Amino acid sequence: MTTSARPHDDHDHVAHGHHPAPLAPIEARVAAIESVLADRGLLDRAAVDAVVAHFENDLGPLNGARVVARAWVDPDYKLRLLADGTAAIGELGFGGPEGDHMVVVENTAEVHNLVVCTLCSCYPWPTLGLPPTWYKSPAYRARAVREPRVLLAEMGTTVPPEVEIRVWDSSAEVRYLVLPERPRDTEGLSEDDLASRVTRDSMIGVERL
Amino acid sequence: MDGIHDLGGMAGFGPVEVEPAEPVFHGEWERAVFRVNIAVIMAGLHNGGRFRHSIERMDPGHYLSSPYYEHWLTGIATLLVERAGVTLDELEQRAGGGFPLSRPDRGCARDDIAERTEPRFEAGSRVRVREWHSLGHTRAPRYVQGKRGVVVRHDGAFSVPDVEAHSDEKVEQPTYSVRFEARELWGDGAGDREVVHIDLWECYLEEDA
Repeated sequence: MTTSARPHDDHDHVAHGHHPAPLAPIEARVAAIESVLADRGLLDRAAVDAVVAHFENDLGPLNGARVVARAWVDPDYKLRLLADGTAAIGELGFGGPEGDHMVVVENTAEVHNLVVCTLCSCYPWPTLGLPPTWYKSPAYRARAVREPRVLLAEMGTTVPPEVEIRVWDSSAEVRYLVLPERPRDTEGLSEDDLASRVTRDSMIGVERL
Repeated sequence: MDGIHDLGGMAGFGPVEVEPAEPVFHGEWERAVFRVNIAVIMAGLHNGGRFRHSIERMDPGHYLSSPYYEHWLTGIATLLVERAGVTLDELEQRAGGGFPLSRPDRGCARDDIAERTEPRFEAGSRVRVREWHSLGHTRAPRYVQGKRGVVVRHDGAFSVPDVEAHSDEKVEQPTYSVRFEARELWGDGAGDREVVHIDLWECYLEEDA
């Protein structure tokens, strides 16, 4: 195996902080990168815009809510979902990047699950869409593993002291989805109505329904 | 690397700020960064490990004081300079001002990471996370290095990020979800009935005899 260690060079032109020039505004820096890519023939605008539109329009927590609602009304589906999340989520038509290896963790009267990515921003795109800013914030990433019960209480979710909190730090290839407990007052609701009760935050684990 | 991105357990960040009804992108520049990243992926200019590491190498002050999509932009610009023949001068000229990049890649993967797909461990195996404190990319956060846990799940073999981030080679190893008691991670400061699961490549682990 080859490795590519490079000696550290204190005068490396790449390093931050060596520039007397005032910082270019973020919009100008983005435009600079776009023009560099376009000039080198690396920006296929139509293809790229189609991907971006897919993320903005097709992906989002409504997909995850449909998975949860199905699990609430169909015990066999729930078993399949907990045994092989990727395949069961695929049954409803959801899959793709950041959703190729899904594990679904079930909240119960004894266990509350909470998902985080302490190292970056890993998140199940096909079922929840792109993550909210708070999920990617240093405060959430630092504290979710260190003091989850205190953090959840601050965010408005009280987890009783007798309930075990299981934090899942998605640090490799698996992405996690929390299966919240079905609220007690939902007897007789249709699957669609149940799905409308499922929130994004409950599928991350920062909310209990 | 034990960098600024490795936030698990760090104190001092305060409350998690939640933005109600948050849009997918805040303004056109965030969408533009997302678009640029799609273009770079389509052009084959980075993989997951290289991209994450380009962000991890940001100046810590810049990392903490800049919005999430500025991290992406800084990482992409750094990779274009390092790997695609773009110069910092060209970027700053096009941007009309300073363009901070990430610090140089100091990394090399450990040289004992060999291809291996058959799992050494199984659910119930007691393991200890090897202490390595790599100067390069790794997905073993410092808060679990040296800690003892129990394997709860084997997830199949995936490309080891420590190798992928620094070379064009891919070496696969099994990954596992490992359960740590909060007390093992945080000592007497740990909360009661809290556990953390984290996904780790096999080369990060040794048998806990």
